[in-house]
Formats: sequence, C-alpha cells, structure tokens
Amino acid sequence: MSQLPGHRILIARRATQLSILGLFWLGAHQHLGVLTGNLSASHVFRTIPLADPFAVLQILATGHFLSGTVLLGAAIVLACYFLVGGRSFCAWVCPVNPLGDLASWLRRRFRISGQFHVSRHTRYGVLALALVVSAITGVAAFEWLSPIGMIHRELIFGPGLGLLAIAGIVVLDLYVLEHGWCGSLCPLGAFYALVGRRSPLRVGFDAGRCDHCGDCIVVCPEKQVIDFKAMAFSASIDSGECTRCNRCLEVCPRDAYQLTLRFGRSVAKHPEEGEHHATQSAA
Amino acid sequence: MSRKVDISRRDFMTGAFRSRNAALAATGALAWTHVVDSSRGAGDSLRPPGALPEQGFLASCIKCGQCVEACPFDTLKLATAEEQRATGVPYFEPRETPCYMCEDAPCIGACPTDALIEDTPIEDARMGLAVLLDQENCLAFQGLRCEVCYRACPLMGKAIRLELRPQERTGKHAYFLPVVDSASCTGCGKCERACIILESAIKVLPLDVAKGRLGEHYRFGWTEEARISRDFEAPRNAPDVPGWGEAGLRKVLESMDDLSGIEEP
Amino acid sequence: MIQTRRDFIKTTVAASVATSIGISVPAAARAKTEDWQREENWKWDKSVCRFCGVGCGIMVATTAGKIVSVKGDPECPVNRGLNCVKGYFNAKIMYGEDRLTKPLLRMKDGKFDKQGKFAPVSWEKAFDVMEAKFKEYYDEYGPASVSIFGSGQYTIDEGYAATKFMKAGVRSNNIDPNARHCMASAVAGFIQTFGIDEPPGCYDDIELTDAVVLWGANMAECHPILWSRVTDRKLTHKPMKVVNLSTFTNRCSDLSDLEMIFEPQTDLAIMNFIARYMIKKGKVNQAFVDKHCIFATGPEDIGYGLPADHPLEQGQTMRNKAGAHWSISFDEFKKKLEPYTAEYVSKLSGVSVEKLVELAELYSDPKKKIISFWTMGFNQHSRGTWVNEQIYMVHLLGGKMSTPGSGAFSLTGQPSACGTAREVGTFAHRLPSDMIVAKKPHRDKSEKLWKLPENTLNPKVGTHAVKMVRGLRSGEVKFFWAMVTNPFQDFANANEWIKAAREKDNFIVVSDCYPTVSAKVADLVLPVAMIYEKWGAYGNAERRTQHWRQQVKAPGDAKGDLWQILEFSKRFKLKEVWKEQPLPGLKVEGFPDGKLPDVLTEAKAMGYEPEQTLFEVLFATPEMKKYKWPDKIANGHPNDIADDFGWFVHKALWQEYRQFGIGNGHDLADFDTYHHVRGLRWPVVNGKETQWRFREGYDPYVKPGEGFNFYGKALKKIPSGGPKGEKVALAGKAKIFFRPYAEPAESPDKQYDLWLCTGRVLEHWHSGSMTKRVAELNRAVPYAKCYMHPADAKARGLKRHDEVVIESRRGKVKTRIETQGRDRMPEGMIFVPWFDENVLINKLTLDATCPISKETDYKKCAVRVRKA
Repeated sequence: MSQLPGHRILIARRATQLSILGLFWLGAHQHLGVLTGNLSASHVFRTIPLADPFAVLQILATGHFLSGTVLLGAAIVLACYFLVGGRSFCAWVCPVNPLGDLASWLRRRFRISGQFHVSRHTRYGVLALALVVSAITGVAAFEWLSPIGMIHRELIFGPGLGLLAIAGIVVLDLYVLEHGWCGSLCPLGAFYALVGRRSPLRVGFDAGRCDHCGDCIVVCPEKQVIDFKAMAFSASIDSGECTRCNRCLEVCPRDAYQLTLRFGRSVAKHPEEGEHHATQSAA
Repeated sequence: MSRKVDISRRDFMTGAFRSRNAALAATGALAWTHVVDSSRGAGDSLRPPGALPEQGFLASCIKCGQCVEACPFDTLKLATAEEQRATGVPYFEPRETPCYMCEDAPCIGACPTDALIEDTPIEDARMGLAVLLDQENCLAFQGLRCEVCYRACPLMGKAIRLELRPQERTGKHAYFLPVVDSASCTGCGKCERACIILESAIKVLPLDVAKGRLGEHYRFGWTEEARISRDFEAPRNAPDVPGWGEAGLRKVLESMDDLSGIEEP
Repeated sequence: MIQTRRDFIKTTVAASVATSIGISVPAAARAKTEDWQREENWKWDKSVCRFCGVGCGIMVATTAGKIVSVKGDPECPVNRGLNCVKGYFNAKIMYGEDRLTKPLLRMKDGKFDKQGKFAPVSWEKAFDVMEAKFKEYYDEYGPASVSIFGSGQYTIDEGYAATKFMKAGVRSNNIDPNARHCMASAVAGFIQTFGIDEPPGCYDDIELTDAVVLWGANMAECHPILWSRVTDRKLTHKPMKVVNLSTFTNRCSDLSDLEMIFEPQTDLAIMNFIARYMIKKGKVNQAFVDKHCIFATGPEDIGYGLPADHPLEQGQTMRNKAGAHWSISFDEFKKKLEPYTAEYVSKLSGVSVEKLVELAELYSDPKKKIISFWTMGFNQHSRGTWVNEQIYMVHLLGGKMSTPGSGAFSLTGQPSACGTAREVGTFAHRLPSDMIVAKKPHRDKSEKLWKLPENTLNPKVGTHAVKMVRGLRSGEVKFFWAMVTNPFQDFANANEWIKAAREKDNFIVVSDCYPTVSAKVADLVLPVAMIYEKWGAYGNAERRTQHWRQQVKAPGDAKGDLWQILEFSKRFKLKEVWKEQPLPGLKVEGFPDGKLPDVLTEAKAMGYEPEQTLFEVLFATPEMKKYKWPDKIANGHPNDIADDFGWFVHKALWQEYRQFGIGNGHDLADFDTYHHVRGLRWPVVNGKETQWRFREGYDPYVKPGEGFNFYGKALKKIPSGGPKGEKVALAGKAKIFFRPYAEPAESPDKQYDLWLCTGRVLEHWHSGSMTKRVAELNRAVPYAKCYMHPADAKARGLKRHDEVVIESRRGKVKTRIETQGRDRMPEGMIFVPWFDENVLINKLTLDATCPISKETDYKKCAVRVRKA
C-alpha cells in the first residue's frame, strides 16, 4: 500500500460520496435546498428533478402508471450515468461503496480469504428477479428491502435498525462473500453496468506502457473488467461493470491508464479487433 | 482468485447449470415475494394527505422523503426498518403530531410520483377516519363538558359535530356528544391528538385499534356511592411527583430566568 | 423567541411534555397495583372545583398524602356529578413539576438586591426582608404607599384576613382584587340599581325559563356546566329560545335560535332600542314599574378611566363624578330614548332591523319568562356600569326581575368573585357585607365588630387595582403584594407595569404556586398551598357558599395565603401602625386634614398595649382562640394552619366574619353547617337559603303583601330631577337608568386596522398557571391562537397556522393565526385568548376602564397583524 503513489482520486470519491450525503442531510434538517429528498428521488435547487431509474423501472414493473416529474428525473439520471459511464454511481455516489471498499481493504490487510463465492453475474439474475417480484407483489421489490435505501434514508432522516445493514454488508463482504454485495449481488450495480457500458467516457489503456506488474488488478474492485488481451485491442476498459473508481490510474506506476473520451463502441487502435473483444467481454 | 471467477462465470453460462439457476431464481422469487408480503405492516399506518389507496400508494411511493421534508410541522416520518410498517414509506401518528392541514399542502406538491395525488384540496384529503372508539371512557358521553375533539377539529361542526341530548340522570343537564361525519373527516388526527384522557378515545383509523383509557385520577361521580371520610391514616408509598425537591427547585430557578414570554419578540 | 414554524411546534410539544405529568407513576409501577391505587384505601371528601364561577361540587379522593382522584359530586345541585374538562383535572393542578416549594428572593452577595437573581431563602429571611421593605416605605410615605392585590380566588377566610390586616391593621385601603378586572362593573351596576350587590336570582331560573339571552357571555366555553343546563332546557322545553349577542360567532351560536353579531360597544344602543320599542308598543309592565322603580340618569361624558394626562381625558370634567346620578321623570326617560330607532341602531350595530325587532319582541312578551346572562362582554367595557344598568332597565320595564325563571343574571368568572371579593369586600372602597369605608356608620360597625378604637379605619377610598399599577409607575405605590393572582399577565398594557415593577424603587411580593409571569417579575416569591392543601370556602355566582376541608399537605415549604398574612401580621406592633399617619389628600369630617389620627390612647383604654402585635390584636384574640383545634368537624382531616397557630383559625375567622352579614341581607350560616350541606345560597335565615331575593315568598327580607322589595340600602337617597336637585329617599325601589351610547376609547384606524378582543377557551383557565401544568390540557390547546376572518387573512397574505406579529400602540406578540374553529370572527376583528404566557396578549390591550367601576375594557382595542 505504501508504495502506491496517490490517493487523490480516492479522496475525491469519498468527498463526493460524503458531500452528497451531507447535502441531503442538510436538505432534510436545515432546509438547505441544494439537494432535497434522497437517492430514490430528489430535487436539485428545488427545481431539477432526479430519480433512481431502477426504482422507477420497478414501479413500472408493478403495473403502476407513472407520469411527470419522476420520469423526467429518471431520464436525467439515466442520461448522466450514460455519459459518465460504467458504474460511476457505485464508485462516486452510493453510500454502500465505502463499506465494500473497507471490507476489501480489511481482507487484504488481514489476509482473510474467501469462504464462498458466487458468480459476479448473479446480480443480473437479481436484477431480473427484482422486476419479476415487483410485478408479482405490486411494490418495487428491491426498494422494499434495499440495504442501500435503508442505510441512506436512515442516515438522512434519522436512525433506525436499518443501519444494521452497514454491519451486515461489511460482515458479508468480509467473512462470507468477497466483495459480495457490490461485486456480486447488488441489482442496482447491475442496472448501472448495463446503462454505462456504451458510455463515451472510458478508462483508456496504453498497452505499450504496461509492464504487467498487476498493481491495477490488486486494487480493482471488479477485477474481471481488466482483461489485458482485450484492452490491448480496444485501448480501453470496455466493460460496463467498471465502477470508474479510477484507482487503476492512481496506482499504475507507468501511467498506462488515462481517461479518454470516445464516441462509438471503442477507442481501439485496431478497430475490428477491438470491437470484437469489446463485444466479447461484455457478453 | 481470478481462476475461481472464471470458473463461476463459466458455470453460470453453461447449459448444465441453467436448470439449477432457474430453480434458484424461482426459489428466490418465492422467498422475496414472501418477505415483501410479510413486511407490509399491520395496515394501520396513516398516510399523508392525498395519498393513493394503500396498494397504489405502496406501489408508487419511491421513498424519497420529499414529503417529509416539505412538512412544516414534522408530522410525517419515514418508517425505519424496525417498525411494523412498510420501510421507508411516509406515515404519521396523530397522537404525536397530527396533520395541520396546510392550505397549500406542501407535502402533496413535493411528491414526484403522484403517490400523493397532485392538487388534492386539503379538505378532500382522506388520511383516515376519526372514530369515537370508546364511548364508555369519552367524557362527553358521560355528560362532562369536554368536547375537546370537537373544538380541535379543523372542520369543526362538519367533520365532528355535537349531538345534544338531555341528561335524564341529573334532570337538568345535557349531553354534548361528538359525532364524526365521514363525509367531511379528513383523518388529520387533531381530535386524536387533542383528546385529554390517557389513551385517546377518538382515533383515526379502524375500529380494531385499542380502546381508550380513563384517567387514573378520575371517577365518574354518580357511578359509585360517595364515601366520605374514614379515619385519615398516615400513608405509605406516596406516589412521588417527579421534580419536587432539589431537581424541582432547579427547574423553578431556570424557569425564573426564562423571560421569553415577557420580553418583546 | 420563535424562529420557525417547526421550532414553534417543537417548543410547544417539548413544553407539554416537560410541564407536569401530574400523579403519573413510572410505567413499571403501573403494572402492579400499589397501595395508593387500591380504592379501598382512598378517602373521599366533598369539595369544590378550583376554576370558574359556576361552583361545581366535586369529591376528592386522597390516599398516602396525595390526591389520587376526583369526581363530580353527584349531590351538588349545581352540577350533579358532572365536570367540564378542567374540572376533570382538579386532581392534577397541584402536581406540576415546577411547583414552588421555597420562598425565592432576588439576591446578590447573600443580600436582597432588586437586580439580583432568585435564590431560595427561609421563611424567616423572606419575612425579614419583606418587613424591612414594607416598613421602609410605610414609615416614610404612610399607608397609601403599600398595597395588596388580592383575588376572587382567595378563599373567603383569606380575603377576610387580608382585608382585616390591611384596613384594621396597617390602616391602608389599598387592597383590591383581580375581580376589579372581572366583576367591578357588575358590582357598580347592582349597587346603583338595587343598592345591594349580587344577582337576585339563581341557577334554578334556567330550568324554569322560556328564553335565555346571552350578552357578551361565551357560556358554552366559559361556564360549561351551566351551559349544559341551558342546553337541557332548550332540548326539553319546546318554547325555549336562545339568543346569542356577541361581537363574534362563538360556540353558543350552536344552540341559538337567533345570533346577533354586533359592532363592539353598540350593545349600549341595542339595549336603548329595546327599551324604546317596549315603550312604543305599550309593553311596559306599568304596575310593576310604578310600584317598585324610579327613573334615573347621570352625566353623559365621563371619559375612559385613563390617567388624567392621557389625550382621551383632556377637557374631561366629569371623570371623577362619573358615578353621580339623579332621578328623572318617565317622560324625560322616554325623550332620551327617542333617538334609538331601529334604523339608527341597526346602522350603528350592523344588526338587521328584523333581528333587533325579534329580540325586542322577546323581551316585550309579558307571558315569556326570560333570563339575560352576561359576563365579561358587559363587565369589561369602557361603559361597563352603564351596560349592566341597561340590562336591568330592560328587565325592570317588563317586570321580569327576581321572578322564578326571569331575571338579569350576572355570571362570574372566578370561583369566589362573589364569595370573597364582593361579599368580604376586598376592594379599595369596601368593607364586608356591602359596607364602604367612606361611610361613618359602616366604619363604626366594622370597628365595633373588629374591636378597634374609633377612627382606626381609614375613611379615604384606597387605590383600586388599575390605579395600583399606575401607582407603581408613578412611584406612589411602593409595596405591592399579589396573592392568588397573576397581575403582570392580567393587567392591560402589561409592558408598562412589568417595567415599573422591575425598574422603579419598589418591592414586589408575589405569593404563587408556580413560576408565573408575575413570579418572574417579583422581588420576593412566596410559595403557596393550593386549594386542597388548605381549608377554605368559595362563593359562586348564585350566592352559594361552599366549604371544604384540607385534604393533603402542601409540598416543601409552601404555605397557605392565610398563614402568610397571619405570620406577616406578627411583624407589626400597634405603636407602629396605630400612631398618627400621613394620608395626603384626606379631607373627611371627624379626621384631621391629611392625617389618620393616633388611636393608641383609645386602644390602651380598650386594653391593648402598644407593644402588642397585629397578630395578637386582629387574629390571635381571646374570642378567636376559643375555637379549639382539633375539632370533630374535621373528621380526621389535617389543618396545617391550625396546627401551626394552635387554634381553629378558619372557623374563628368565619364566625367573626358572619357577624357582618346577619340582619344585613347577607346572612351566612355558621361554620359547621356548611360541612354538612352542598352549599347554601345567602341570605340564610333560620337555616333556610334564599333562591330569589327581593321577592315575596322567597326572600325573608320581603314582607307579605309587598310583592317585591328592592331593599338594598346603598345610594338610595339621590337628587331629584337633576344633578343639583333636592335629595329624596327611595327605599325599596330599583332604579331604571337611562344611559346613552358612547364611542369606544380606541377604535381601529388606518394605522391599527383591527379590533382585538381577548377572552378564554374552555380548556384553559385564567392566566393558565394551573391548566398549563396539566399536560393533557396543554396538548389539547398548546398555545393561544389568533382567530381571524379568512378574508382578513387573505388580505394580509396569510394562511392558517402562519406565524404573525400582532401589534398595538403598546406592545406586540407573536403567534399563529386560525381562520376556522371555535371562534369565527367577523371581518375587521381578531380574538386572542389570554391564558398563554408566551402570547402575553395583555401587552397589547388598552388600560381604559369604565370610569365608574374602574374595570378595564379587555374586549376592544386597535391592533394590526402582519406576517412574522
């Protein structure tokens, strides 16, 4: 760890997560109008609506018709995450992310190894189930139980036993399933992975600089997104599962990673190959 | 480590495991459905004004808490995980804080999903219905001049009116009986909040809610013989008044310094 | 003080939680039955409700030294076991957490300092400082510089002892009750009309009448149990009509057949219209009027009882002769009524001609029995005495007075406004039993009964309540002792008096049970025993005297007001008070100018020693000490005061007091009798109470064949024909006064564009010092709202619950507005109840008074309202 060069981006992420939470809290308790509501739905400066598109999707799945503000809000959020790409929500906004990171760090620090494992694709199954169960029960099924929602709400509106989910997630990640919640189960992460996979903003990769030291793989919370072979062609991380945490940029001793903007399917030097690989890795 | 990942990915993908996954998914769906259904709460939660009927409300409420923030009286709360209510959904407890029926109903305006129906005039809101549950403990039904609920009602005379009846027992007094009119009652709960007996006799919501409880310090005078004076014995176990003594004195002295009522605002 | 809507609610909620949970017990204890909860351990005794003037009987249960339960007394004829929501909480009012239990003195560096902070002191220290300050002022400025502001909530013995201490002891007539703000206009009306105080009729009228007319009496909220009786009559007697005259719609309108919302002050004109109508339609009961009445009037421009330098008093020549009156002929009377046509009065009052005629018809119908009830709408009126007299005018013209089912009936707001303030005469001008200090025969009688040397009693009328606080401001009053009342919340224009009390050279003593506004303003606070912690008696509005026994001990060092008066009297030697005393302005036959004479020599001849204390001479006399303690009438009940002094103080005082009324139309039964009955209505002659006074067959003072006899003796010799006419006696007659309409003292204008009316709500009583300690009542009505017409609110950009600032020329308060609910205002008027010390509405009210009764008009002043 001590060899790792900078933490600027990590600090920036934590600061963003904290200030979003803080602004919501101030909105609820001090009538500060920068952000009112919570991650499910909110207003910026009491005018621009925002809404969780996955929650909206679940509500629509219940068969309940929605109109107006909330759809606009969901569209705005959807557009934003599409533009910034990957699971930026997870790395920069979600209050559960630091818990997952904490558990990972603890695992590394105390060399706790995994006990169980499930596929990282399980989350897509959970996502599908969420929509199915929403349709069955008539309520937004994931929102009903979401530990993200509980933690976030109870931090903003006043504490309740929902905050136990904090411990639950840490314990899960630490002793049961490595990077379990964010890495394998969370349907919201899955949702944004799908939203963000075609984003123009990606983490670019210069294969020429890479000496395969593996530092990036150590810190990456979604290690499957670093596929050197594929990246050599596409010159970027193309999986939507990349959380855009940018830890790889920070830790790479040879600056092989940088943020790049590219409209189209990939930023490959060899378009055909890159396209092929990008498609494959996302499949 | 990455090997495991690879294996599991392959597992997930291969047809051999598809049927297992399908079974898992079905079990997951059943379990999830059960958890959702069993955590809908007792159905006794009062919702904000303009709320859709409970089923639609639970479906469409996105749990964003913007109605809670908009409420100037801190009436609304979001249910936390431990409550026997749908988590994250707004409700209020009138005995604690009733709905003040703001003319502009800011909570309704704040709802992004129309779970609170837009532009509902506040007097058309139906948050619940006040029911005078326990006539036996309601002071007005005993002929006492209480009717606090009637005067607390923002639609006094409509949502709660007084029915007058002569009182045969005394031969010269009248009953002033509060009667709720469901056509006008918004369920704001000011009556429940205002009721002065220990456990409110009038409650917003269904009839199966617990009965009222008469104040321990009061007995209806005519129901028992007036027992005047046995010998006055020195008592044991005097019920303490919290605050008297040193603590009380401190409170008094603090209160003496509080000139907020005297000074100009 | 209030930042946001949210904070406001939070503070009120916090306050309601913080203030008092009464006899609550921890939840754990509630589960199992404690000894005190077992009803077989409870001991029930008869008592009386602490609150309004209705005088409901209640039963109190004690166990383990605490009141554990109350119930309405089913045997009390007033309420037959019922209570209002305040009465329900009688058991809880004594158990607020912030009960005062120790004397508190403003101190700095261990010494009294007017700028110091309150610290607990011993009773001895408290009395030491109180004595030193009293004597400092008394010795320098004489008896006119000291004062007691008493109460219509004094028990009768407390009021009597306070009066005796002040008038006979320190020879000051500066004792006046809060009833000055409450009943003084009714008193003046009774005395000027009948020559004797208090209603001739009784509550039984309600069950016999055909119509009830309310004039500025919100009985539905302020006299809840009587209203229950009116309602019952309405429900069970078909011809029964209820009329509600008010300046805004209140809960009485619910029952009314006719509601008349009139412009403030125009009740004067409405009444003249009725009289004119009756005369025009030939509905005057001529036989009754000829035999029992004469016509009278007085000066018409009498000012507003404001200080002489007030702009409204300029050029006012009659302000000190406002009470003068003379007889006139019926023709003259008719002529004076002539301008009050239906059209004129309708225009003035805003009431339609049809409604005016309907009301006049009701009073005119010779077959209809009719009661007129009023309370503060009449009494708190800058023409309070007049308007009281006008209602008698209407009733006397129709012969509907002192008749079962018919009469004009003045209700009271306090439990013993009648029993103590009026009957004992704790007023600056009165002595017990309707006697007055200005009359030599009355002083003689009192001196005889009190065993005082001749001319001990001060013949100069003392400072009435309003003058008392004005005296604090001008520096004429230096020592002010408030008992059983909350003056700095009660007085109109409160800012002035709070400032005077805090900033001038004076000493303010407040005997109180909780840290009220007045306690906070005081220099010395004396903790008092509350109602069931002492023996006592109250007299209600129908002349019913009701006694009770002490049930429990007061907490901590709290002591009864009676104990405080008697203990304080020990601090005065005869030579200090019965010597020659300066009394600026005294000019009375038989007295040296500007002085009270030295009566020590005569005192010596009567066997008194100059070194004797007032305690020994006024209270611990051999006659009084004959009443031994314990007494079997106590039936095991405690009596802390008797224990302290060694004899039965309450009984002794009562037996002495009742001597004043015997044969004087105010006969009271002996002490023990009252502990066997549910009260008796005086005069009690030969053990029999009186339901209808002045009426043959009911009143023992009326001889067979007289029919009626208005035998009151006061003001029964008046000039005839004009102010300077020859004085003629009119024994046995009542006066029918002509009184004109007069403009209010202050009306809305461009700057202050709304009327402000103050009053009560059912849930709270008076200044809220007791009911605000009951968490349940506080929850029901947490603060005083400003009731306003929706159109007025809209014009000011206000919604229900919006926070507003209400301002008058004298002060401002902050609260929230209400446009619905119990009180529905007409446009141009707001109503704010006065129970809430956080909405000290009396900062805004104007201290204009009726110039005759000196009672403040709390119902009319000009204010403006803006968003906070």
